[in-house]
Amino acid sequence: MESILIKGGRVVDPANGVDTESDVLIEAGRIARLGRGLDAPSGSRTIDAAGCVVAPGLIDMHVHFREPGSEHVETIPSGSRAAVAGGFTTVCAMPNTDPCVDNEGAVTFVIRRSKAAALAHVLPIGAITVGRQGEQMAEMGQMVRAGAVAFSDDGSSVADSGLLRRCMTYGKIFGKPFISHAEDKSLAGTGVMHAGKVSAWLGLPGIAAAAEEVIVERDIRLASMSGAKLHIAHTSTAGSVEIIRRAKAAGVAVTAEVTPHHLALTDECCRGFDSKFKMSPPLRTAADIAALKQGLKDGTIDCIASDHAPHEQEEKEVEFAFAPFGVIGLESTVPVVIRELIDTGVLTWPELIAAMSLKPARVLGLDRGTLAVGAVADVTVIDPGLAWTIDAARFESKSRNCPFDGWQVRGRAVATIVAGQVKYRLG
Amino acid sequence: MPRGKSQFVWTRRHLLGLEELSAEEIVHVLDTAAGFKEISTRSIKKAPALRGKVVVLLFFEPSTRTSMSFNLAAQRLSADLLEFHTEASSVKKGETLIDTGRNIEAMGVDIFVIRHAAAGAPQMLARHTNTCVINAGDGAHEHPTQGLLDIFTIREAKGRIEGLKVAIVGDISHSRVARSNIWGLTKLGAEVTLVGPPTQLPGGLAGERCRLSHDLDSVLPEMDVVNLLRIQHERQGANSFPSIREYSRLFGMNAERLSRCKDDVLIMHPGPINRGVEITSDVADGPHSAILQQVTNGVAIRMAVMYLVAGVKPEKGN
Repeated sequence: MESILIKGGRVVDPANGVDTESDVLIEAGRIARLGRGLDAPSGSRTIDAAGCVVAPGLIDMHVHFREPGSEHVETIPSGSRAAVAGGFTTVCAMPNTDPCVDNEGAVTFVIRRSKAAALAHVLPIGAITVGRQGEQMAEMGQMVRAGAVAFSDDGSSVADSGLLRRCMTYGKIFGKPFISHAEDKSLAGTGVMHAGKVSAWLGLPGIAAAAEEVIVERDIRLASMSGAKLHIAHTSTAGSVEIIRRAKAAGVAVTAEVTPHHLALTDECCRGFDSKFKMSPPLRTAADIAALKQGLKDGTIDCIASDHAPHEQEEKEVEFAFAPFGVIGLESTVPVVIRELIDTGVLTWPELIAAMSLKPARVLGLDRGTLAVGAVADVTVIDPGLAWTIDAARFESKSRNCPFDGWQVRGRAVATIVAGQVKYRLG
Repeated sequence: MPRGKSQFVWTRRHLLGLEELSAEEIVHVLDTAAGFKEISTRSIKKAPALRGKVVVLLFFEPSTRTSMSFNLAAQRLSADLLEFHTEASSVKKGETLIDTGRNIEAMGVDIFVIRHAAAGAPQMLARHTNTCVINAGDGAHEHPTQGLLDIFTIREAKGRIEGLKVAIVGDISHSRVARSNIWGLTKLGAEVTLVGPPTQLPGGLAGERCRLSHDLDSVLPEMDVVNLLRIQHERQGANSFPSIREYSRLFGMNAERLSRCKDDVLIMHPGPINRGVEITSDVADGPHSAILQQVTNGVAIRMAVMYLVAGVKPEKGN
């Protein structure tokens, strides 16, 4: 395995309180040395990182790779190519495929496909209930043994509170977080966008903030009662942020994530009836964005995750009400969060990198998210000043449903190193 | 408000909603319709304005009166007419709307008139084809020709729109008629009050454009116009109110309520009416009712709209 010397970058390693200009030497797949003016060992590859941020490999704990079942939309290899192109060394695949990842064999399949693709680490999340039907507990123990890193029925909540309580009470012995897609189906109803002024004028059925918040509150209480670890996926409302903040203050083991689109876009985007702005949970309001940013700043929200949800164009480019929910994000996350969080002064670079690497690693109990000497060399080099135009047609993802298509942005991963191997290099 | 032919130049190739129209554009449609209304009174009810043009009625939702009104309007302007009626509520089962539009367009047509259960369907058709698009009702979003014919009817009866107080009563949340009326009326300076049970009044509509009320009796005495929306029986499964009987007691128009209205109040209804539910027969058929004038004026408004959009060259259109 070749050695790699990353020269002259700004090394940001929140796990060790490091934010300094330094070289990083990678040998035998691990971080070997940090320091200025390191000499390149003979035969090593040098990456000039002047002006770049050198970070522990980014982790996106919420993606949909559609394999098995919808390989025309995304596959584990194509999703992995999108991941490394976006700067992600680890991604967690949600189990809502067809068939569903609700058993040991399916978990093994995802891991095998990930290893064959040999790009990013693709870690499977197992379903909480069989077939995500919300009726019967899935074999959580066997899935964990096969490599599942969390449990989730993402795409829907487990509607039956008693069943979810039993799943959490039983499943807590495996130490993996329960990831909650917080949506009360009876409140969300036929809604297709945020319920508010914009939906009222457009005549589109709305999804009230309360549809999310009642489940966030319920799941926190069930986690607190059962002792399971809870992680709230794609937090979208000011009310949810407040509920999570109170729970954390009360000592509940709850963490949360937010997506780039919920930080950057509001329900105003739906005015043109363009389904590329349709996702679940829906785009909310400017006040919600302010609360989400504050939540990130004060640590109420731990992580940034893309909820990368590919859909084929033919399926997505229909009447707004008929289009499926979801947008892709792996290849647009870095510039969008720089724009929304760094350029606006909401987060510092160490805080941003923590939310995209260290904290997701901690939520999932992964031995990642750091550039400490001896750590597995998952490294992302980001050029924060690089100006480019997001062009979904040139994405590695098989799908094109990106709400940021056409945006002129700054910042991009220029090198993505997974376990000591360069898996992506821009240009 | 200026009457008669203005110097205004119409530039839109589509009529997708009243939200995007200026007050001047709305008045221009009304004035154009006033000219066309006269044709309906002639013994030979035909003008050559759209001779050689092809109008396609794309109705993805059942409709009798709106499709007949557009059909007649197109014929009075000597257009050729294609009608496509389907009840496909979902594109999953067959061709997409975009493909349907492009295929029919490829036959060589000039105007699409589209009625669709999904809000935004006309916008999508306009984005993906080069043909003029007229929205004949999209979901709960807009029904601009209904809004225009309602405003036309009010202007005909009252001589003005500015300063009038108009109540729209009923299931506002599901009503495209209400939304088009709100946009059009308020742009021309009317004051709009929406009345209905809280489950059918989206709070998001409250603001500078209109106020909301749940008390019909307190609102009625000051109104110049009361527009009663059809209560959709098929939506009763959603349980927005306990029963039809309770609805008509609280929100139905009847002779007793009419007696507490202004002497010259105008009673309107977009039809088809549920007699005895949102309006009793004596009111619907009484001297204050403009319900049949609305239907008559609908033809003139649709003639005006088709005439105006067809007259705009694609390259300088919107």
